[in-house]
Amino acid sequence: MAKLTINGRVHDLDVDPQTPLLWAIREQAGLTGTKYGCGIAQCGACTVHMGGEAVRSCTVFVEDAVGKEITTIEGLAQGATLTKVQQAWVDHDVPQCGYCQAGMIMAVSALLKAKPKPTDADIDEAITNICRCGTFQQVREAIHAAAKA
Amino acid sequence: MNEIVSIDRRKFIIGAATVGSGLAIGFSLPEGGPTVVRANDGSPELNAWVVIRPDDTVVIRMARSEMGQGTITGLAQLVVEELECDWSKITTEYPTPGQSLARNRVWKDFSTGGSRGIRTSHEYVRQGGAAARMMLVQAAANQWSVPVSECTVAKGVITHTSSGRTLRFGQVAEAAAKLEQPKEIPLKDPKDWKVIGQPIKRIDTLEKVTGKQVYGTDLKLPGMLNAAIRESPVFGGKVKSFDASKATGMKGVRKVVQVGDSAVAVVADTWWQAKSALDEVKIDFDDGGNAKVSSASIAKMLEEGLSADQAFVGNDNGDAKAALAGAAKKVEATYFYPFQNHAPMEPMNATARYTADKCEVWVPTQDGEASLAAVISASGLTAAQCDVHKINLGGGFGRRGAFQDYVVQAVQIAKQMPGTPIKLIWTREEDMRQGRFHPIMSCKLVGGFDANNNLTALHMRLSGQSILAAVRPAIVQQNKGMDPLVFQGLARGGEHGFGYTIPNLLIDHAMRNTHVPPGFWRGVNINQNCIFIECFMDELAQSVGQDELEFRRKLLDKHPKNLAVLNAVAEKIGWGKPPPQGRFYGLAHMKAFAAYVAAAAEISVSADGKKVKVHRIIAATDPIYAVNPAQIDRQVAGSFVYGLSALFQQACTVKDGCIVEENFDTYDSMRIAQMPKVESIIMPSGGSDPWGGVGEPTICVAAPAVINAYFKATGKRLRSVPLKDLDVSMV
Repeated sequence: MAKLTINGRVHDLDVDPQTPLLWAIREQAGLTGTKYGCGIAQCGACTVHMGGEAVRSCTVFVEDAVGKEITTIEGLAQGATLTKVQQAWVDHDVPQCGYCQAGMIMAVSALLKAKPKPTDADIDEAITNICRCGTFQQVREAIHAAAKA
Repeated sequence: MNEIVSIDRRKFIIGAATVGSGLAIGFSLPEGGPTVVRANDGSPELNAWVVIRPDDTVVIRMARSEMGQGTITGLAQLVVEELECDWSKITTEYPTPGQSLARNRVWKDFSTGGSRGIRTSHEYVRQGGAAARMMLVQAAANQWSVPVSECTVAKGVITHTSSGRTLRFGQVAEAAAKLEQPKEIPLKDPKDWKVIGQPIKRIDTLEKVTGKQVYGTDLKLPGMLNAAIRESPVFGGKVKSFDASKATGMKGVRKVVQVGDSAVAVVADTWWQAKSALDEVKIDFDDGGNAKVSSASIAKMLEEGLSADQAFVGNDNGDAKAALAGAAKKVEATYFYPFQNHAPMEPMNATARYTADKCEVWVPTQDGEASLAAVISASGLTAAQCDVHKINLGGGFGRRGAFQDYVVQAVQIAKQMPGTPIKLIWTREEDMRQGRFHPIMSCKLVGGFDANNNLTALHMRLSGQSILAAVRPAIVQQNKGMDPLVFQGLARGGEHGFGYTIPNLLIDHAMRNTHVPPGFWRGVNINQNCIFIECFMDELAQSVGQDELEFRRKLLDKHPKNLAVLNAVAEKIGWGKPPPQGRFYGLAHMKAFAAYVAAAAEISVSADGKKVKVHRIIAATDPIYAVNPAQIDRQVAGSFVYGLSALFQQACTVKDGCIVEENFDTYDSMRIAQMPKVESIIMPSGGSDPWGGVGEPTICVAAPAVINAYFKATGKRLRSVPLKDLDVSMV
């Protein structure tokens, strides 16, 4: 059993503490917006916020997430109101297949919190998610737009 | 529709084109009129493509799959153009292949590959929209007792011009559905298009930015269990035995099963439990005869093919061998292209539910009918007892069309637990090991010049793997052993026709197949062929001291559309003028999937030659007609991410019969820092040529343009992919 606080809600989950946070979020908490891509923290599709920082949840154990505020893609929008990052994603028509985009948006949201007006170099350093469809050109545009919003 | 599906719909339907299955078809027989076919909410169908609800919502059904390429948005534009409905009131839906089959394949081809999503269905989907509009207007005219010629239609409202009376589509849909289908369905002249050609935003974005889109891996069905699988890593190997004693006692584990003769799966409450237990299953594989195959042994086989006597001729004219023997000057080079994995972000998966009289599968698939065929065959049931519910894909790139191995596995597991839905998800490692790989190919090129430095002869000898020999052997048989697809971009005319006119030409293929299963990988054979021919064109031009663009222009004078895209990128990058300090340009072009494409790359290279920065790529594409320029622009930019990742970073190598690279740590993919600025020129030439594709063609031109620019920067010619093996990386 583990008590996880996800998107402001406390979940009592019947889960082995050595389970990767990704799979507890997806399978026990039932929040499937966070995606499995590689399992070895390479691709970033599983990015969530833990204590306000972007982490790759496939390599975080549940036991290390206990007591921390976890935010997933489902926790960003307030009802129908998107965050400025999500809105920029809509305005710039960013996603293609969309599978990596939850992780991408979580990584970008953390970047903008740390650096509200990131330079291209800041983006290059902080955003290392893989997108096989190749949406990077629109991702960069949308990050700058969100920073201005 | 059974209970599971309806529960699933209530839980998951979230807007456009999600988990398909909303097309329970009912029939009602109005007196004296044709049969009205109804969607399961009772709304009438005007034809297979168009259903109109009383609130004016237009449901557009489409058989092709959305995997990121924007096809459902483009197809909707085609229907809406002719239907004249309100864009803001459309929604889309996937029919199931079983429903299509039961209606004599009314939705025609489901296959979403070969950049065919729009180009091979534009005519009949536009006709679907036009026929529906004609029936709606007729119904309104009937209600008013006026001739159709006095009515106009716009944004879903029909107006009787002289009286000003109006009716909305939703008000006349019921009456319209009872009319005969029109026999003559004229389509608009392209000059009158208002929706086609517009850079409209995709219709499926909101779900993707909120985490609400349901992918195959996210599916939940009542009572569902999860499966993880391991197949023999040596292709062709079989399970000898397995020891599940440790795994069966682990938490959540329900069953450990053999799958077919080559794999073992663990079924558990959660996928993580299944995967963890699978790691504890000891499987003894019989590797068969392939365990000694390595990249080195394959390379040796390909090398032999480069000079073999027997080869299949894909394109020739004149007498290339004689002309080369008598040439005043000869240039020769050998290139290599490796196996590569598609590596879509979403690993292979499928969910199956089997009972003795029914088998259903939910799967992200590029070809619903291929999935259905796999379900029928694996379940042993009849076609009428099987169906497939398509789910939007987390990337496809060719892996999820012709190949349905994961569907077969899911059914084989589900058969061992009748009544229980089983969701099978591959690990990334399984996905990398069990790919359907980009074919491996070597190419030796020899060019000959006369004494005046005119190119008089070219021989291209391809040596390597055939996809069709493995996947469509009947086509190879029809062609007396030749795989015509190997010659994409090099063929005698057609949608992959060779653009250069050379007096003596021979392009042939020594087919050298390996035990590694090949597949259709975004762009298919144009990836290697474009590198081979477009890099060698630079080599030829440079060998006689000519400008690389001018050299090509002379050889392209009979192919103005090839020339036009090449000229467009050359002009935009400023070819012929000195590049900025430290920057270097390279060009490439090709005709592929009936589209004409070209790229001009601008790069810089570190002093030691080891680090390449691709600053920008100008890309021109002539798809004949451009349905949505904004989405084409995204396909072009995205294709360069896929193509440049392949060029610099990706190879699947073989050791002891297995693929060595098992995850993104050894099979890297471009990140945003490496992304060049892509400026696309979309230049549809129109006219009566067949429409070209856009998902794949441009992928092939980035690599040779970059390699050609690298030579300009360093004087060193790179002839082997991936460049990381030559100690050249992308920064």
